[in-house]
Order: sequence, then C-alpha cells, then structure tokens
Amino acid sequence: MQDFIQHIINGVSLGSIYALIALGYTMVYGILKMINFAHSDVYMVGAFAAYYFARFLGIENNPGIATLITLLVVAMVCCSLLGLAIERLAYRPLRKAPKLNILITAIGVSLFLEYSGQVVFGADPKVFPEVMKDFVLFKIGDVELKSFDITVLLVSVIAMLALEFLIFKTKIGRAMRAVSSNASVASLLGVNPDRIIAFTFIVGSSLAGVGSVLVGMKYPKIDPLMGMMIGLKAFVAAVLGGIGNVGGAVLGALIMGLSEEMVVAYLSSTYRDAFAFGILIIILIFRPAGLLGKYSVEKV
Amino acid sequence: MSSSLLTIENLEVFYGSIQALKGISFSVNTGEIVSLIGANGAGKTTTLRAISGLVPNKGNISFAGQNLNVVPTFKRVSLGLAQSPEGRGVFPQMSIYENLEMGAYSRTDKAQIKTDMEMCFELFPRLKERLSQMAGTLSGGEQQMLAISRALMCKPKMLLLDEPSLGLAPLVVAQIFEIIKKLNKEGMTILLVEQNARMALKISHRAYVLETGRIVMQDSAESLLNNDEVRKSYLGI
Ligand SMILES: Nc1ncnc2c1ncn2[C@@H]1O[C@H](COP(=O)(O)OP(=O)(O)OP(=O)(O)O)[C@@H](O)[C@H]1O
Ligand SMILES: [Mg+2]
Repeated sequence: MQDFIQHIINGVSLGSIYALIALGYTMVYGILKMINFAHSDVYMVGAFAAYYFARFLGIENNPGIATLITLLVVAMVCCSLLGLAIERLAYRPLRKAPKLNILITAIGVSLFLEYSGQVVFGADPKVFPEVMKDFVLFKIGDVELKSFDITVLLVSVIAMLALEFLIFKTKIGRAMRAVSSNASVASLLGVNPDRIIAFTFIVGSSLAGVGSVLVGMKYPKIDPLMGMMIGLKAFVAAVLGGIGNVGGAVLGALIMGLSEEMVVAYLSSTYRDAFAFGILIIILIFRPAGLLGKYSVEKV
Repeated sequence: MSSSLLTIENLEVFYGSIQALKGISFSVNTGEIVSLIGANGAGKTTTLRAISGLVPNKGNISFAGQNLNVVPTFKRVSLGLAQSPEGRGVFPQMSIYENLEMGAYSRTDKAQIKTDMEMCFELFPRLKERLSQMAGTLSGGEQQMLAISRALMCKPKMLLLDEPSLGLAPLVVAQIFEIIKKLNKEGMTILLVEQNARMALKISHRAYVLETGRIVMQDSAESLLNNDEVRKSYLGI
C-alpha cells in the first residue's frame, strides 16, 4: 500500500512536468491549429540556458530556493525569446500557407534546433546545476515526500494557476480565447491576431522553460536531444486530453505520468516509452477528439 | 444635406480567379440607413468584408475622411466601424458577458463601457437575464441579439449588419428591425445587408441592388419598393 501511494506521488510529479510542456502544444494548437514540433526543442534550450547561466554566475553548486528561482526566470526568459523568434521568423510568414507547409516547417525548425544544439552545446550530456538537495521533507507512515517532488508539484501548480488566471480572468486571455475561436471576428473587434499569437508563444514557451529546470533538477543529465522523448509524451498527453483544450492537457499529462509510473513499477521499465505510443494509438482509434475535446457547437 | 461617412469607389474583390465584386461604387451618409440587397452570391457579404478589411481588394474605401486601404482590420474598429458578421460569429465558449466585453476590447473608457452595456440590456432584456450563459447555447435569435450588441459595444459611428434577420421567427425579425430603426433615430449610421428586401427597404433611406458583383440599381428605398423590377425579383410580388 505504501508503495502504491509512493508511486502515485511520483506519477503526479512526473505528470505535472508533462503538463507544463503539454500546455505549450495545446495552446499553440488552439490558436494556430498547428502542432509546433519545435516546442520540445525550446524546452531543451531552456535547460541549456539555465546550465550556462548558472556556470556564468558560479551558482552551479549552490542549491537552494534562490538558485531555483534564478534558473526558472532565466529559462523562462530564454524560452520566451526563442519561441517568439520561431513564431516571427518561421511561422508568421506562412500564416496563409497550406497547413502542411507549416507542419513541415515546424519539423524543420525542430531538427534545426536539435542539430545546432549538438554543434553549439556538444552532443555529450552535461550535468545540470544542483538546484536543490533531494531530502525527505515529510514522512507519513512509510511514504516519503521528498523535496524534489514537492518542488515540482508546487512550482507546476503555481504556474498552472497563473496560466488559468491569465486565460480566464484577464483581457489578454479573453483575446487569446477569442482569436482561437474565430480570429477574423476577433480582429473585427479590434484584436490584433498576430500580437495575440506572439503572446501565446511567449506563454507556452515560458512554461516549457519552467519544465526544463524542474526536469534538470530531477534528472540532471541534459543533452541537445533531451526534448524528443518528453516532447513526444507531452504531445500525446495534449492529444489525450483533447488538443486545444487547456484543462485537457493537464488531465492528459497526469494520466500519462501516473500510468507511466505504474507501468514501470508493476510491469517492466522496458515498456515505459512504448506505453505512450500505445495510448496515442488507442485515443486516435476510439476518441480522436480526446477526453475533454469536443466538436464546437456553433449555430448557423 | 448630410456628408458622406463611407465612400466606396471601384471596389473589386477576387477570390482566387473568381471575381466577386466587379468595381462597385457607393456611399453612405451620416445618419442614414442604407441597404444592400441582392440574390445569394451577389457579393453583399464580400462588400462588408472588404469594408472591414477582411479580404484583399482593389479600389478605394474611405471612412470619415480617411482612406482605409492601408488600415488593418483591427484598427478600423477604433475609427468607428463595427460589423456584426454573417452567421453572427459569437464566441460560443464565452458567456454573453464576455462576448460583450470583447466588443469593448479596444476601448478604455471604463465607465462609459458600463453605460453602453446597460443600453444593450435595455434593447435586449433577454441578454441581461442570461449574462453568464455560454453564447454557443443561445438560440439563433438570441445569438443575433448578442452579435448586434457586441458590435454596439465597439461604440461605432457606423454599424455594418450582415443579414440580421437570417433564420429568425417573423416576430423576432420585426423586433430586430424595430431596434435597427431605433438605433438609427438615435444617430447611428447603418449599412444593412439583407435577404429580406421588403423589411430592409421599409426601414432604409436608400438602397443599392447588387447582381453578380455589380450595382444594377440605386434609389431611395421608397422608390425601390414601388419599382416593378425590384418587386418582381426581390419582393416576390
Ligand atoms: N472564400 C471564398 N472563396 C471563393 N469564393 C467565394 C468565397 N467567399 C465568397 N465567394 C464567392 O463570391 C461570391 C459572392 O459571395 P458573397 O458571400 O459576397 O455573397 P452574398 O451576396 O453575401 O450571398 P448570400 O446572400 O448568400 O449571403 C459568391 O459567388 C461566392 O461563391
Ligand atoms: Mg452573405
């Protein structure tokens, strides 16, 4: 029983990391109806930005809240700028082009970042700065709540609540929802869709930046291809929840994190990654719109 | 008498190789209701889309003395041009209240926004009763009321209405037309696109008849109502 609860905690912690990345896929999809394949590489660049910045400041062996916050901010800013640049340089010129062209461009940007990453950062894994010491924070019975898991949970919950507030309670969030629902009507009302799209990339990318630092803390080996597998799983999570649906992305990610943890714990770690693909295939067959995805009802 | 608020000269619109508007010219004066009538596919919606800048076009559009050709869609609303588009275009996943707030997106006069929202509720009390209902679950007539109100929330000098009567019960149609008339009496200039030519002509000052991308007739609404050709083709008499 304690084992099971421990696995739940680990699974939720893993799931919240997937959620931070899945949100970027789903938000961009919601507004542009495209899969931003480069998103996972923006995440990777966030990890490297934090790595180099920590070395620059000499805080790579200086675990603590201050280091955590500094690196979170650095990764968020760098990811935002990169996401913004990708949108501006690669996607915006293709706004009126067929969807397939944009999709292929997204794959191109992703490969470009992965391979330039190998040239610039080197292909060998690097050791991520020590953001925090991993110690047992609480013990309930035999269940251990470790500082890493609590940090991951706290930071992702704060990020997601902030996102929820942004999308549902602010004027710019309302404009984001309006553009994603009907961009030309939104522009009739005075919304500049390009600005809102750029802003969406900033928000999605900075969440990926948060994710990159949390992953770096928990699994401190980073390399230029580190985004591939986690990006894929986050993408599956977004599809599972219903791509374009913000709440769905979080739900899908939690399911992915929990089931991955359970598969590893009770079946075999060999199936860890195969499981994600299995889920993808099953949703595509039985519920292509995802768990919370719905075909919008519009009266004519 | 009154000055021209909107002037269109030689407007042409192409969709790929199809020419939807073949060089039309017309104007709307301050304080008028002007109707564009014509059969399906005549180019009425295209005309409104061009005025709002949603389709690329040739020719000249000027509004309140300013040439609109280089003004992007999202800036036209703050010049005083609001459109309630064909098919209403309400945001289905947003509440009535949020849809109305979207109408006021480019405004900063908070107190006045509140007053204007109250004015919409006076025009359409139904909206006030359902403030938090999702727009996608409203009936067609209620959505139309919302779309018009949302355009009013832009605080425009001129309202472009695309088929406000489409798909509505006769009683609701009459109600909507009453409100259009009332808005105009209070000073709103209106360009109205309608299938329901009779109702449109009854409340309009002037009208233009569009046929496959060309203006084929223009006159005071009263004369058009009595014009034999119009009666035969558009009024079904
Ligand atoms: N996006 C488009 N692509 C290609 N052709 C289009 C497009 N939109 C409109 N058209 C064509 O342009 C012409 C004018 O269309 P428009 O929608 O302006 O007509 P309308 O007068 O509003 O008709 P209705 O009364 O049916 O609404 C039609 O022949 C239509 O098929
Ligand atoms: Mg039309």
